[in-house]
Amino acid sequence: MSVKLQRLRRNLTEILGMRARNLALVGGEVTLEVAAADYFEIAQTLRDHPDLRFEQLMDLCGVDYVSYGTTDRVAAGRSPRFAVVSHLLSLTHNWRLRVRVFAPDDDFPVVASVTPVWNGANWFEREAFDLFGILFEGHDDLRRILTDYGFVGHPFRKDFPLSGYVEMSYDAEQRRVVYQPVTIEPREVTPRIIREENYGRG
Amino acid sequence: MAEIKNYTVNFGPQHPATHGVLRLVLELDGEVVVRADPHIGLLHRATEKLMEHRTWVQSLPYMDRLDYTSMFINEHPFCLAVERLLGIEVPIRGQYVRVMFDEITRIFHHLFNLGTHALDVGAMAMVLYTFREREDICDILEAVSGARMHGGYYRPGGVYRDLPDSMPQYSVNRFKNEKTVKALNQARAGSLLDFIEDFTDRFPGYLDEYETLLTGNRIWKQRLVGVGAVSPERALQLGFSGPMLRGSGVAWDLRKKQPYLVYDRLDFDIPVGVNGDCYDRYLVRMEEMRQSNRIIRQCIDWLRKNPGPVMTDNLKVAPPQREKMKANMEELIHHFKLFSEGIHVPPGEVYAAIEHAKGEFGVYMISDGANKPYRVKLRSGAFQNLAAMDEMARGHMIADVVTIIGTMDIVFGEVDR
Repeated sequence: MSVKLQRLRRNLTEILGMRARNLALVGGEVTLEVAAADYFEIAQTLRDHPDLRFEQLMDLCGVDYVSYGTTDRVAAGRSPRFAVVSHLLSLTHNWRLRVRVFAPDDDFPVVASVTPVWNGANWFEREAFDLFGILFEGHDDLRRILTDYGFVGHPFRKDFPLSGYVEMSYDAEQRRVVYQPVTIEPREVTPRIIREENYGRG
Repeated sequence: MAEIKNYTVNFGPQHPATHGVLRLVLELDGEVVVRADPHIGLLHRATEKLMEHRTWVQSLPYMDRLDYTSMFINEHPFCLAVERLLGIEVPIRGQYVRVMFDEITRIFHHLFNLGTHALDVGAMAMVLYTFREREDICDILEAVSGARMHGGYYRPGGVYRDLPDSMPQYSVNRFKNEKTVKALNQARAGSLLDFIEDFTDRFPGYLDEYETLLTGNRIWKQRLVGVGAVSPERALQLGFSGPMLRGSGVAWDLRKKQPYLVYDRLDFDIPVGVNGDCYDRYLVRMEEMRQSNRIIRQCIDWLRKNPGPVMTDNLKVAPPQREKMKANMEELIHHFKLFSEGIHVPPGEVYAAIEHAKGEFGVYMISDGANKPYRVKLRSGAFQNLAAMDEMARGHMIADVVTIIGTMDIVFGEVDR
């Protein structure tokens, strides 16, 4: 397996050259990092080049890296903050690849849409837009998908509280469902802990 | 003559044929679907966000609640992902137990799919028969995990405990007389493995019954043949996997192509369709159940002959034995740390995928070294199948939409997450 993945890594280096910003082979998985400007072109190459042939996009998701590696949820401020990570599969060569692209602007994260390359990306990109507020340029139907009609905010961002901002209840007087601010107290049963390296090894 | 315009129909979310809470906005030209726009998310529980706030093991039971028709197999990719990050090995017996329960839940899931699919299309009796068999499987799951549905049985590092030596028995009460109880307890005299073997003996006969009812049935064929056909090229473009992809004639199964655990030691075949329509996908699922039955029988044989541990002995991951924990300081500390703080997973990222009953079920996990995941993304087959609704339903009659929903095999716990 590992010989095969090294061949994949070599192919990627040869074909993409300097456009591959970072190429890592860790734990039996190849990760390719590209710049937002090259993203769409590289996606096409990955699908069409006979030595790569990634026919299928298995998964695409947004990631918010703002508090990576810290126990502080919000204040950490890592930048660039938003990334789009996709997992590709080649049936011809039977290998997988992870592609990561960071959105350059934290306040207005935009990356290109790969829906024209892999049509299956459509709903994945809608989901990443809904949950993280990442915009996909070239996507022709970028609507919210999982959250409620008229939902405000992007719930999977790290600064969005787990309990949310509003809750729904039925108002007997008005005889309709109304929104009101949440009444739940945020509670963390087990605190988030990151141990230093070699902790407990004496 | 008055001009006839397209009109829009709202389908669901409380319609029984939507398999849960799917809202479909259908644009119709007469009875022909021009555009189908699924509105999902009515069951969105933010599972992935909840996991960021729970420890690794606390997150595990959420996996059961995704696709609530195939519970144990959902837990599998989550455990695989954590194991790959931790770099631990599952004992060989634990691997066999997992594979056996993966296949049992695959049958469990396909039975549910078959029953409700046939119910939607109009074969009302099917659901009664398939739920009869599901009852037996519920008993198997209950015997091993204590819960009939949401087991929480797999753990990073193995499975929670070994298979029980005895099955619970029925007793005489005012609803069941001695004769009934005796008949019910007949298969339960031995261990759990005996009970499962009894089930695998009976199951091919049940499958033949279903085939008699459906496979050659004229109405069933009229409703399914040629409906929702997808070419292999489109199936790949749309990101299909599992029976949806194999129904279109692409021989791709992760159990064969990228074998995990002990699948490379087991003997089974992969059924493939020809036309890519609903009928082919139905046939693929029927054959998959027969193959699962074969795999289960091989696992039973192996498990009978080879006792051993089912859980890793790494105390950073698995709880220590109760006796040792009471007697030794070292084990006591491990126990305390494990249950108060949880597992610490080294920083990194991993994508673990398995061949789920619906297709590829992937878990993408990012860890930053904490006792909780930094981000988890669950890739479910049903979400991707439903995304193709518009393309598959276009040009078909409104009644075919119900058939297509059935063949897509959607369960909303998994689509909405």
